[in-house]
Amino acid sequence: MISQFFVLSLRGDNIIFRDYRADVPKSSAEIFFRKVKFWKGEEGEEAPPVFNVDGVNYLHVKVAGLLFVATSRVNVSPSLVLELLQRIVRVAKDYLGVLNEESLRKNFVLVYELLDETIDFGYPQTTSTEVLKSYVFNEPITIDAARIPNLGAAAIFMQGSRRMPGTAVTKSVVANEPGGKKREEIFVDIIEKISVTFSSSGYILTSEVDGTIQMKSYLTGNPEIRLALNEDLSIGSGGGSNYEYGGSGGMGMVMLDDCNFHESVRLDDFDLDRTLTLLVIHFIITKVPPDGEFPVMNYRMTQEFKVPFKVYPTISDVGAFKAELVLKVRAEFANTITANSVVLRVPLPKSTTRATFQLELGASGQSTDFKESNKMMEWSLRKVTGGSEHLLRVKLTLSQERNANIKKETGPVSMNFTIPMYNASRLQVRYLQIVKKSKTYNPYRWVRYVTHANSYVVRL
Amino acid sequence: MPPPPPHRPTSTSTPSGKGELAELKTQLRQLAGSRAPGVEDLKRELYKKVISYMTIGIDVSPLFSEMVMCSATSDVVLKKMCYLYVGNYARVHPDLALLTINFLQKDCQDEYPMIRGLALRSLCSLRVQNLVEYLVGPLRSGLKDTHGIKDFSEWAQCLVLEMVAKYVPEDPNETFDIMNLLEDRLQHANSAVVLATIKVFLNLTMSMADVHQQVYERIKAPLMTLVSSGSPEQSYAVLCHLHLLVMRAPVLFSSDYKHFYCRYSDPSYIKKLKLEMLTAVANENNTYEIVTELSEYAANVDVAIARESIRAVGKIALQQYDVNAIVDRLLQFLEMEKDYVTAETLVLVKDLLRKYPQWSQDCIAVVGNVSSKHVQEPKAKAALLWMLGEYALEMPDAPYVLEGFVESWAEEESPEVRLELLTAVAKCFFRRAPETQKILGAALAAALSDAHQDVHDRGLLYYRLLQHGVETAERVINPPKQAVSVFADTQSSEIKDRIFDEFNTLAVVYQQPSYMFLDKEHRGAFEFSDDTSTNASVTESSETMLASQSVDANDNDLLLSASEKEDTRGNLVSNGSSSYVAPSNSLIDGLGSFTVPPAASSLPTASFAIDDLLGLSLSTNSPESTLAQPSLVLNAKPALNPGAFQQKWRQLPVASTEDYGLSSQAAANLTGPQPLLKHMQTHLIHCIASGGQAPNFKFFFFAQKSNASTGLGYFLVECIINVTARKCTVNYKTDESDLLESFAAVFKSAILNFGV
Repeated sequence: MISQFFVLSLRGDNIIFRDYRADVPKSSAEIFFRKVKFWKGEEGEEAPPVFNVDGVNYLHVKVAGLLFVATSRVNVSPSLVLELLQRIVRVAKDYLGVLNEESLRKNFVLVYELLDETIDFGYPQTTSTEVLKSYVFNEPITIDAARIPNLGAAAIFMQGSRRMPGTAVTKSVVANEPGGKKREEIFVDIIEKISVTFSSSGYILTSEVDGTIQMKSYLTGNPEIRLALNEDLSIGSGGGSNYEYGGSGGMGMVMLDDCNFHESVRLDDFDLDRTLTLLVIHFIITKVPPDGEFPVMNYRMTQEFKVPFKVYPTISDVGAFKAELVLKVRAEFANTITANSVVLRVPLPKSTTRATFQLELGASGQSTDFKESNKMMEWSLRKVTGGSEHLLRVKLTLSQERNANIKKETGPVSMNFTIPMYNASRLQVRYLQIVKKSKTYNPYRWVRYVTHANSYVVRL
Repeated sequence: MPPPPPHRPTSTSTPSGKGELAELKTQLRQLAGSRAPGVEDLKRELYKKVISYMTIGIDVSPLFSEMVMCSATSDVVLKKMCYLYVGNYARVHPDLALLTINFLQKDCQDEYPMIRGLALRSLCSLRVQNLVEYLVGPLRSGLKDTHGIKDFSEWAQCLVLEMVAKYVPEDPNETFDIMNLLEDRLQHANSAVVLATIKVFLNLTMSMADVHQQVYERIKAPLMTLVSSGSPEQSYAVLCHLHLLVMRAPVLFSSDYKHFYCRYSDPSYIKKLKLEMLTAVANENNTYEIVTELSEYAANVDVAIARESIRAVGKIALQQYDVNAIVDRLLQFLEMEKDYVTAETLVLVKDLLRKYPQWSQDCIAVVGNVSSKHVQEPKAKAALLWMLGEYALEMPDAPYVLEGFVESWAEEESPEVRLELLTAVAKCFFRRAPETQKILGAALAAALSDAHQDVHDRGLLYYRLLQHGVETAERVINPPKQAVSVFADTQSSEIKDRIFDEFNTLAVVYQQPSYMFLDKEHRGAFEFSDDTSTNASVTESSETMLASQSVDANDNDLLLSASEKEDTRGNLVSNGSSSYVAPSNSLIDGLGSFTVPPAASSLPTASFAIDDLLGLSLSTNSPESTLAQPSLVLNAKPALNPGAFQQKWRQLPVASTEDYGLSSQAAANLTGPQPLLKHMQTHLIHCIASGGQAPNFKFFFFAQKSNASTGLGYFLVECIINVTARKCTVNYKTDESDLLESFAAVFKSAILNFGV
């Protein structure tokens, strides 16, 4: 059970403060902030999410530039408290539409009301937006959606050939639309984070896809929702690792290592007989008819997959105090798809004093940067179309003559990108069915695929 | 769906009087039997009205029987409103309470689980004292309800699972029933539910080694999925638990090592845990790949992680797998010419040399190339100096490098480095006197005028030793060394078991049992006292605990070679070498006692003879002198919590039973347990529990031999004293049977000395 809950800005201002048990002094927010800000430790370390100061345990999560903190005096389950904090964040997001310092400040009465219903005497009661709706009466004051930074093409939802801006999901789940009637719609996101490590000779050392099927529902009446995935989906290879198998098992099949589900998901039709490799997957979501945003399913895949980008970095001596780094990037996906916000970062040798960049002729939407303080160079490409190839030459000026280890001191190259309408695992939503008695009922159903780089590393 | 808020100002009008109530009564009656469509909605409206009257303080209790009659429905909203109503009036109208009980008890058997649950909740929140007896039946059947756990919210599930984890099943069938029932909880997206379930599984299978191992296999994938999904903070909490399991049974995770590779985007607190896990799972098959991966991190931009990675490589090397290749790797680190990399590597090379002196040639060749200017950190400097002194013959320019250090004596801020420098110069002198004589003189002079007490004292000691004769000085300062073979763990196995008992709590994250970080009043009801010297008179309860805890009797021997590996990690403990010349503080820090380790411990064949001698001499020796006896030296601050004591006491057989007669002074002094506790403590024998009243007392003592491996070398004693008869019966148990005789002699002599 927790003693207090509070939200701090990154400057340390108290935005929300709720005491549940009165057994931790009010100064805790200040103590916490000082501890996090000046975390003792070796170079560049950040405070862990859980720590103890004078018998008080502080647990926190960072979301949207804010610190959500719980304190406790007893030996709580850290996962329970951290999950709870994350859920409070989600509920606040459902109610406020957009979660940031401004929306929290504008709606603090509502947030306190939510907190009172969510936690009782330090024990979590419910974190379901659906359930809370019937206890909470304050109306959210929404902030101007136009002021939310545009997420670019990544945020486009698709329904057939129709498109819908991503800011649609920043609506409050409970607030009434200006027009009076609420639009019946549901958004499904298949979000994949991919981690790949390439050896210096270009081999893939490790690769993993961590995916989430996320749903945000604005449907009224909580209808039953059926979600069907690939028919050839197989789950679980026994034990924790697929690495041994490589990609040899069942070409073309989607083989997940493991997955877990939101508590509202019923798996009645989800045959988990591990001896079968072909499964018809579909969930029925009924138990607590969900409202608001929630992850339906999380999954993990170590089966080999086609990597979206290949990077070829080379570095060589070109004189006593000079070296040249060449970075070549090739987009391996179909030319109908475009990646956004592609950034490559490379730590350069510590003796580097200058880096001169030479982009290809006619390159547009690209920028480069070198920070001397940490010897880090950065190459950003606003858009990369599938099948295209890009090259950057970097001339380095070194303060030290002849460096035998220049290769060891450079890299690894790390890459960030977002690829909308692309998913590495090939997991697909076959259909999204909303069961409702009325024949005329046909809500909007939006499905979006997006792949992010989590840890995309190329060694030199 | 919860009830609509009772206080909402709906369009209800205030009842003008009895007429209005009577009208409501009639309406309710009409609806009670009706099955017409839309009747539920009408009922809801009426109920709302009743409840809003109730909240504003109008007595609507005359409607009681109608309300109950109307609630024969499957509409949950109506049920909830009705429960609210009856809950309200049961308390103030005891005459209605019995009616309520009947009604709720019936609903506790409803076909809908949700209604069963709601009814049970309402029944339990009536808070009428003399009705408590009626709760037992429904509660019991509620617990047996097959629909049970899954219908709780995820947060309530966590609480329930916590309780289930404390439950001891009657037979294995029940264990498997519980596990089958909870199996699908492992697929929950909420990590708190999954961890609570895992705790249940681990606890239930404690005494079934093979099933316990299967549990490990089963929970791997869900844990890894939780680590990969969710926020970094959530991943961290789960990873801490995975870390705990990996440390307990590294063998079971040795093929999963790739999952513990660091990701570029991982926060440092996650990377650190992963590095420890990689170190733990390294074995013959995967060491090459793990070390290759760790070497990549050594060039990492994140300096803290680079350092940890190098330390990890060193630890793996000390685990003795494929040392050959690892030494090459470490030496390559030195070629990277990054200050912090060099610093960490030097410390490691030093440790390696102390364990594998045979590698000296390769190492020294490379270390010799390290420019001392690039070595700034005290620990690294100390390591370099130690190697310069130790391998002065192999490094041609050792005296000259040392000379440089001596010249800048005054600028050296760290006393640790100055101490090491002094020793290194002395050792170099013994090996290459002509070249070093002058430097030694300068070093001694600098040391004697050093402001730091230890440096000054060591200077003086060396000076006087040298005055006495170079050979004597060498015998003391630089005696022949033996390779270090045993590495003590930083954490005792009792503490680890204790943390494991606290699975799914903060203890796992902090890697400390909760008594170390929580205030006493927040530790919970079932905690033992951690202060062994003050917890007198718990004998009774500890004996009952012995019986009830037999379920987890063999939880220590379950997990394969875990303990074997653990012993090879952590701080160095000297074994046979003269530790004071070693360059690291870690040698002596953290050990409760410090004695010059006896030669006998490394020569097992000789120990019998010495034991015999000891046995003879002890009866005449004073206890103080027994401390100096070479083969048994007791640890001044042995760690053993009551739980671990009980476990050991259960596991070990009685090794010997003795009767001693007490002196009349001793008997006179023994008015309570305290005096004897204090007395025994001066002999390094600690009391863990005591009890009884004159003339009968009972004590449990324990002691540990110094320099014992973690969790070993304990002597446990049960001592029953009858003051009137001046008789003392002693039962000994130990895992160190070779030394039992010596210990018994120490104990006997100590107890006979009591009161003298």
